[in-house]
Amino acid sequence: MHAIGLSFADWLIIAIYFGFIIGIGFYLRKYTKSQDDFFLAGRKNSSWVAGLAFLSANLGALELLGMTGNTYKYGMYVAHFYWIGAIPAMLFLGIYMMPFYYSSKIKSVPGYLKLRFDEKTRVLNGIAFAIMTLLVSGINLYAMALVLHTFLGWNWDLSMWISAITVGIYVTMSGLLSAIFTEIIQFFLIWFGLFLVSILGIVEIGSVHEIFARVPEAFNTLWSTSGDPSQNGMMITWGGIVLGLGFVLSFGYWTTDFLVVQRAFSAKNLRSARMTPILASFFKMAVPFIVILAGLIALVLANDPHSGFALLKDNGQINYDSALPLLIARYYPRGLVGLGVTALLAGFMAGQAGNVSAFNTVWTYDIYKSVINKKASDEHLLWMGRVATVVGVTISLGTAYWAKSFPSIMDYMQAIFSWVNAPLFATMLLGMFVVWITPAGAFWGLIVGMGSSFTLYLAVKFAWISRNFITLSSPASDMAANFWRAWWAWLICFIVTIVISFFTKKKPKEELVGLVKGLTQETVNKDIPFIKRPEFYAIISLVVLVILNVIFW
Amino acid sequence: MKPIWYFVGLILFVMGLVLFINGVYFLFQGDGKQTALQHLHPDIWWGGLMIIVGLIYIIKNRKVKVD
Repeated sequence: MHAIGLSFADWLIIAIYFGFIIGIGFYLRKYTKSQDDFFLAGRKNSSWVAGLAFLSANLGALELLGMTGNTYKYGMYVAHFYWIGAIPAMLFLGIYMMPFYYSSKIKSVPGYLKLRFDEKTRVLNGIAFAIMTLLVSGINLYAMALVLHTFLGWNWDLSMWISAITVGIYVTMSGLLSAIFTEIIQFFLIWFGLFLVSILGIVEIGSVHEIFARVPEAFNTLWSTSGDPSQNGMMITWGGIVLGLGFVLSFGYWTTDFLVVQRAFSAKNLRSARMTPILASFFKMAVPFIVILAGLIALVLANDPHSGFALLKDNGQINYDSALPLLIARYYPRGLVGLGVTALLAGFMAGQAGNVSAFNTVWTYDIYKSVINKKASDEHLLWMGRVATVVGVTISLGTAYWAKSFPSIMDYMQAIFSWVNAPLFATMLLGMFVVWITPAGAFWGLIVGMGSSFTLYLAVKFAWISRNFITLSSPASDMAANFWRAWWAWLICFIVTIVISFFTKKKPKEELVGLVKGLTQETVNKDIPFIKRPEFYAIISLVVLVILNVIFW
Repeated sequence: MKPIWYFVGLILFVMGLVLFINGVYFLFQGDGKQTALQHLHPDIWWGGLMIIVGLIYIIKNRKVKVD
């Protein structure tokens, strides 16, 4: 395929973006003096800043390229990732879990595991999270390389190396503070850079109604075809969506993944921290109006022989992730192409910055300071954070090649989440809400949970067992297998943790004050009027969620 | 330091200006690149929208300082 190519105006827009980002990095460097500034952005952010950063850390290349490509592949069911697969978990984090996280003044999620359980559980989760983050980080490199490959015709190797070097230089400057600044700028650039694709797609096809009418029924509904997996594009039942995605994967990601939770830790007080995921939930619900619509528009155009639209093919295999870049090329004139490419690059930069800033925090506090150098000074930890950033980006290069071997980014992502986040959510849930769960129960529950998930993945991949064995239905897609594997990993971890806790030594209750419900003083200020409380906004968010599901049922 | 919203306004304004001027230039010169819906000139009105939104953020935050 010929590269789409960029004009002078496109290059100018891209140069303005990079000039701003690097300029902001230098501007903020003088405000990054302590380890708290580098790792937690000084804990001074409002709920709006933390909330948009919370969402944007997740709104990386994965969301933009992966979800548009996945909509082309699986249809409207992908919207479940944004609605039932995100909103309940985000609200649960804000209402129930944030008081434990924020009030304990921890620097990372593994840090909570140390206080609630013990050092070995913290280190186990720290290592698993660090590995997972580097695997996910590779996706961002791969995605940026895809953009450079599609638009400029650069080869894969050159694109990935240039991407890695750019991020390595940028993220080492001022840690989480600059990561959050970039994430918020990225949020605006994504909306201004990509929403126009949906608008122009609707104009070309005629209307939103026309788009849905020209897509097969298996691809244009949310729930009505979920009783029979052969009737929907994702080949999954409602049980897999609710248990695997809506419960385990969603709660596992949004409530325990340090990449997003770290943004809430940067809030200036508990109320702002609780409002962080709740505010983000409203914007999360709006993202399908970019990615899902764009995916459906690509599908309609590809099915129309007169449109001249077709996705890229790599070695005879359809490259679903090329849908969004090709739509940009179709609709955007000179200059706007630069804005579209910038939005994609910004998504990549922010996603990568998010992963690397979470990785350097967990490595520095939960592995290096916890195991390797317990007496490290503040200055040394700040230095180590910067070194970890460079090393993390370098390792991500290797994982980027692995990500490239998967048929779509999202399949790769959900496979990884089902290994690490799904069992961790069982541990966190039991740890925060059940007093008698023991350190040994949590540790072995996590080991068995992660081990079982990875074993199930290998068993299906190498055909030791049938995929239908874990999905309880036939046919089943890769995504259905991911959802169900996450559910089984969660259930196994949940049961093993409880059973072992019956027979092992409990922590004294006085050590659990502030960490477990029932032993923690109520921190909610009852004097605040109801309409200013996080609970009020959470209820509104839930109502919007229900309305959206009914409309697109 | 300046709040993040000021920088958001600045980048939207500058990029909007480039798009708008570029769009107006090609309106009179004719653009060699063929795109679907080219006749709607999305760069002009989308650039204009970015200029307006950018200006609102800049004006609202020009005197604000945060810790």
